[in-house]
Amino acid sequence: MPDTHDTSSSDSAYNYAYLDEQTKRMIRRAILKAVAVPGYQVPFGGREMPLPYGWGTGGIQVTAAIIGRDDTLKVIDQGADDTTNAVSIRRFFAKVADVATTTRTEEATVIQTRHRVPETPLKEGQILVFQVPIPEPLRMLEPRETETRTLHALTEYGGMQVSLYESIARHGRISKAYNYPVLVNGRYMMSPSPIPKFDNPKLDNNAALQLYGAGREKRIYAVPPYTPVKSLDFDDHPFEIETWSECCALCGSKESFLDEMIVDDDGKRLFVCSDTDYCQERQQADKP
Amino acid sequence: MYVAVKGGETAIANSLDLVADKRRGARDLAELTLDQIDQQLGLAVDRVMTEGSCYDRSLAALAIKQARGDLIEAIFLLRAYRTTLPRFGDSEPLDTTRMVAERRISSTFKDVPGGQVLGPTYDYTHRLLDFSLAAAGERPEAPTAPVDAAQALPRVGDILEREGMLEPPPAANGEASQDITRTPLVMPADRPVRLQNLARGDEGFLLALGYSTQRGYGNNHPFVGEIRYGQVPVAFVPEELGFEIELAEIDVTECDMVNQFAGAHNIPPQFTRGYGLAFGHAERKAMAMALVDRALRAEELSENITSPAQDEEFVLSHSDSVEASGFVQHLKLPHYVDFQSELVVVRTLRHEVEERNRQAVLDQAAE
Amino acid sequence: MTTLAAGFADPSHDAQRVFRSVLEAFSHPGRIVTVPAEAEMTGSLSAAATAFVLTVVDRETPLWLASDLDSEEVRTFVRFHTGAPIVADTGAATFALLTPSRQPMLDGFAIGTDPYPDRSATVVIQVPALRGGPSRTLRGPGINGSTTVTIAGLPDSFWSEWAANRALFPCGVDVVFAAGSELLALPRSIAVES
Repeated sequence: MPDTHDTSSSDSAYNYAYLDEQTKRMIRRAILKAVAVPGYQVPFGGREMPLPYGWGTGGIQVTAAIIGRDDTLKVIDQGADDTTNAVSIRRFFAKVADVATTTRTEEATVIQTRHRVPETPLKEGQILVFQVPIPEPLRMLEPRETETRTLHALTEYGGMQVSLYESIARHGRISKAYNYPVLVNGRYMMSPSPIPKFDNPKLDNNAALQLYGAGREKRIYAVPPYTPVKSLDFDDHPFEIETWSECCALCGSKESFLDEMIVDDDGKRLFVCSDTDYCQERQQADKP
Repeated sequence: MYVAVKGGETAIANSLDLVADKRRGARDLAELTLDQIDQQLGLAVDRVMTEGSCYDRSLAALAIKQARGDLIEAIFLLRAYRTTLPRFGDSEPLDTTRMVAERRISSTFKDVPGGQVLGPTYDYTHRLLDFSLAAAGERPEAPTAPVDAAQALPRVGDILEREGMLEPPPAANGEASQDITRTPLVMPADRPVRLQNLARGDEGFLLALGYSTQRGYGNNHPFVGEIRYGQVPVAFVPEELGFEIELAEIDVTECDMVNQFAGAHNIPPQFTRGYGLAFGHAERKAMAMALVDRALRAEELSENITSPAQDEEFVLSHSDSVEASGFVQHLKLPHYVDFQSELVVVRTLRHEVEERNRQAVLDQAAE
Repeated sequence: MTTLAAGFADPSHDAQRVFRSVLEAFSHPGRIVTVPAEAEMTGSLSAAATAFVLTVVDRETPLWLASDLDSEEVRTFVRFHTGAPIVADTGAATFALLTPSRQPMLDGFAIGTDPYPDRSATVVIQVPALRGGPSRTLRGPGINGSTTVTIAGLPDSFWSEWAANRALFPCGVDVVFAAGSELLALPRSIAVES
């Protein structure tokens, strides 16, 4: 066996934050372009990461390119800090980037998320990194990248309007529940990633920087702070979000996004906050 | 009261222990060595090196061992290691006419300069389980003919080309082609990019696509101009030296597919090429790649694009096993937020329909 | 003989910290940020421009140098620390370093294409100071309402060039102003009023 590969120790063979400096520079340049052209998908030379595609490799690459020893990282999946993939990604960065981690939204400088925007309002200086499976909002209407690129270049978004309108004609309302398309700064149509439409209003004019990373599709896009983000709708069918008649069984919140759980064989339901940090903060505040 | 599942950290740690334990298997059996995998599962090593885009037998063997023989997982492991390696530059193009061939066949001519060399192949084995392999025992060394390493091996295609019967290969433009592991894939792609993508592409996917062209989905009438397998030198010109040095010899399999072409515009009827190259001994992969390469040249050759194998975006976007495997399996991740969103919408829609139906019944009753 | 100035003392971490300050500048156009890690000054390049170059420029990004910033010392520094090819063709440059003495300032740089507006140049303009010049009001993504910049040493003609650049959106160049160890960014999305 050649001894050129140090296969015994897994960490020392890798650079700070896993990516080599050349790769970080390439991603950093893509991020700057993404911020300069809000909502536009910048192609980048995405790398294989040690986690599978579809499991947050785009978000991980973005986080790895921005994170430093001064940061405090929070990772959520479905709003929760303790879901297995969130745990796995948090462990990865604690290991390769020697970074402090937290579950508290307000303490975090970088928050990597899959499918949710935290309920606690974000502050200026925080960066929210989204994991994106399919960055192209028009992909399910037009599978070809060459076509969708042209549609974005021409601001030709009629197809999406038609698709939403068909939904109204058929169901009397827009039936799209998550990954609900938005228009960024009046120019680019953007996929907000598969967040529930409940979270769409939080993207609008947010004080934090939003970075979106799609690893398998090799695209990065961004919404700078204080940027208008409008969910598509019609004058006679304005955008609306999900509501529940129940409240959270743990903290009593009526305002947060609720997860539904089946608690017995008869199908009895229980509703709790999807954002575990928000829920715990509220429970703690209630204690005397 | 039921509380949302906690303790992901512990669960993951336990899962890692369990999978490591499964990998080792029964402890009373000797552990596989990397040399054993390299020597006795060599074709698996070849596939992992090819689709992992990294020629290193010991690393590929390690990946196979770690992945418990799951080659797609092993390819992923090797890729994730490769991606962190610094780049020193590009090697000189391989010259496969300098190959010391262990096997070389053409199905277009009965005999060719340099001769047909059958070499090691499963082609003429009878697929009968060899129960003698189930028992330990030494096997005699196979007799081999002396190989003339100095002999140049002209390509069958080049001979046809001289006659004008086969299109010449594209002229080298002297530029290093784009490295698809460093820059994003942009459509439409040029042929060097497509070939890189296919070389890394999943063998099963390419095999099925290549097969589909034979069944009429983009037929291009292929013949095996030549398949060769053997050792070729890899050369590199270090910036500071300014001249070529030989780094290593690697095993490759090359397939030159010759395809009928009716001609177009001002091109007379002639034969066209499809090209396949793989690390190690991988004829199925190289042939499938050559078929798909030729199919993807449809636009360049003014052919109608009617079938999946001819559709560049379709093929190049779905060929990569690491991408495909990750995205298919990501469905195992929790999606309860999205599902909850859908539940709310579907319940609302159902409620509205029921309400309408109820009203309709009432209206009818009132008439 | 030219001497070679040192790059970052701690390349990986210095580049990360400088990048975050650049990212802050791009995310909040008009905001003055101080680069948190300095390399040795090189020729006529400011500390901020030097840190910017060390952070984002490499062998994949051709660099264009205006004649008044160009010197053997700068060239050696760029080649040694970044490996970037230094190009004479403005259209081939991913990054450009210049001062207001170039007129017109933004002429000839890549602006990208409608399908790929990211294939455009980032122009670093070294100015005497980021404060104390005539006041301009900026509006656009990253700005809560409006903000004011008072860049010194910038001719008025720059702002008409900028208006033309803004009109190309989503194409166009992005500009970074550098002075001393400070910089501010002007992404192409930003509209400017006097």
